[in-house]
Amino acid sequence: MTAFSRLVARDLRLALRQGGDAATVIAFFVLTVILFPFGVGPEPEILRRIAPGVLWVTALLAALLSLERIFHVDYEDGSLEALALMPLPLEAQVLAKCLAHWLLTGLPLTIIAPLLALFLHLEREAYPVLVLGMLLGTPSLTLIGAIGAALTLGARRGGVLLSLLVLPLYIPVLIFGAAACEAAVAGLTPRPHLLLLAALLVLAVPLTPFAAAAAVRQALE
Amino acid sequence: MLRFANPARFMRLSAAILPWCAGAAAAAVAAGLFLALFVAPPDYQQGEAVRIMYVHVPAAWMASFVYVVMAVASAVALIWRHPLAEIATRAAAPLGAGFTLVCLVTGSLWGEPMWGTWWVWDARLTSVLVLFFLYLGYLALVNAFDEPTRGARAGSILVLVGVINLPIIKFSVDWWNTLHQPASVFRLGGPTIAASLLWPLLVMALGFTLLFASLLMLRMRTALIAAKVRAVRLVAGEDEAPFVSASSAKLGSVR
Amino acid sequence: MTDQMAHFLAMGGYAIYVWPAYGVATAVLGFLVVQSVLAYRRTQREFTALERRRR
Repeated sequence: MTAFSRLVARDLRLALRQGGDAATVIAFFVLTVILFPFGVGPEPEILRRIAPGVLWVTALLAALLSLERIFHVDYEDGSLEALALMPLPLEAQVLAKCLAHWLLTGLPLTIIAPLLALFLHLEREAYPVLVLGMLLGTPSLTLIGAIGAALTLGARRGGVLLSLLVLPLYIPVLIFGAAACEAAVAGLTPRPHLLLLAALLVLAVPLTPFAAAAAVRQALE
Repeated sequence: MLRFANPARFMRLSAAILPWCAGAAAAAVAAGLFLALFVAPPDYQQGEAVRIMYVHVPAAWMASFVYVVMAVASAVALIWRHPLAEIATRAAAPLGAGFTLVCLVTGSLWGEPMWGTWWVWDARLTSVLVLFFLYLGYLALVNAFDEPTRGARAGSILVLVGVINLPIIKFSVDWWNTLHQPASVFRLGGPTIAASLLWPLLVMALGFTLLFASLLMLRMRTALIAAKVRAVRLVAGEDEAPFVSASSAKLGSVR
Repeated sequence: MTDQMAHFLAMGGYAIYVWPAYGVATAVLGFLVVQSVLAYRRTQREFTALERRRR
């Protein structure tokens, strides 16, 4: 096993042992989506109209919930310093940690999303686009969120601060993801929106680890 | 001693330049106000309400300009570790946030007579709103650490991340706007800007820029003197701050 | 004279939009100026007091 995959496995093991990460995220996702019919009324027409936006916003917020876990736990008990000294470059370690985080949050969200779309009466044509969009979008959410998580290490009220920092940066993913869904509903091709989501991911994978690693380094100084 | 040479030079330069800059700022703003309120003609469609544009548009320009200044300063801070760069970024942030706030409020006040609503999700206003949150995020981050220098470094990274994301966000907001196009498409500023309308805009923009430069210099001077105060207190043993990094002590070293 | 003044202040009926707009701009920018100057003076005073105590 390469150092990279060992780090991914380590993070997964730790998270699963501590438990609750994937469960909390999914629970938040489900509960928040279910709140909307109570707020706007149960008419299928209204729910159908807001379904793409609601699903994406709540998935985004759910992903936000668990971002701190990427670095904070290791930061608190000093293992982040030990990891920084490893031969594997910090940028690669960030990628490994993001992969583990996505497997625990983004992937479950993507799997649960179609089930929740049922509650919101989303049109059948939009389901594949919803899943594909989330598959492309949630990794970007993790990667961008990792930057925020690293920047807020050691900060007061880090959780709320993290939301303030990260949510504006999430807006493009949200726009393209929801637009892809809505295009499918309207019978138009979702391809341009999905391509843009893919482009964001392609940009995020090489670039975000640099920012996150720089943030981790200045936190460890 | 070498570390202190640059801040000392800045103090000398700014002491010389600041009065002139501030005076020029006052003159330019006054001239801009005069042009905007008395000289510029009312618009064919918008009537006197067009005068709001002379505050709104320069404020929008400044909102973006200040963020770019912060981005350049952050890049310098991260690459060359220049001691003044982080101070400049930190000093500029409230100024940029102020211009952004002015842009948003005047935009809203302009929108009500023009489109009949206090807020309109058009591409530019929405992008400025996001920019406002980028400023707020920066201010929250740099003030969230007990140790002042920690926040500055994190802030520089955040500004660079923000400046890279800004075009992406702007593009996605434009995209989103064309998808959900409102019934009528209005471009703030009208279809064309006649020359008589341009001069007040440019003079106000110049005034705002000089105002920003003056306040930036003033705030940087304040930050440098404050750093000296902290360092002197630390040496004298009066300072009780538990987290003082070596770099902040070096910055204020008068020896 | 006052007729002209009244016309100017009325801003063609848009007075409640134009004057608050200029007012907000003046208030926000004015606040930044005042706060910056006061902070500068305060820090200056602290420094000179400290220097005086050192000597």
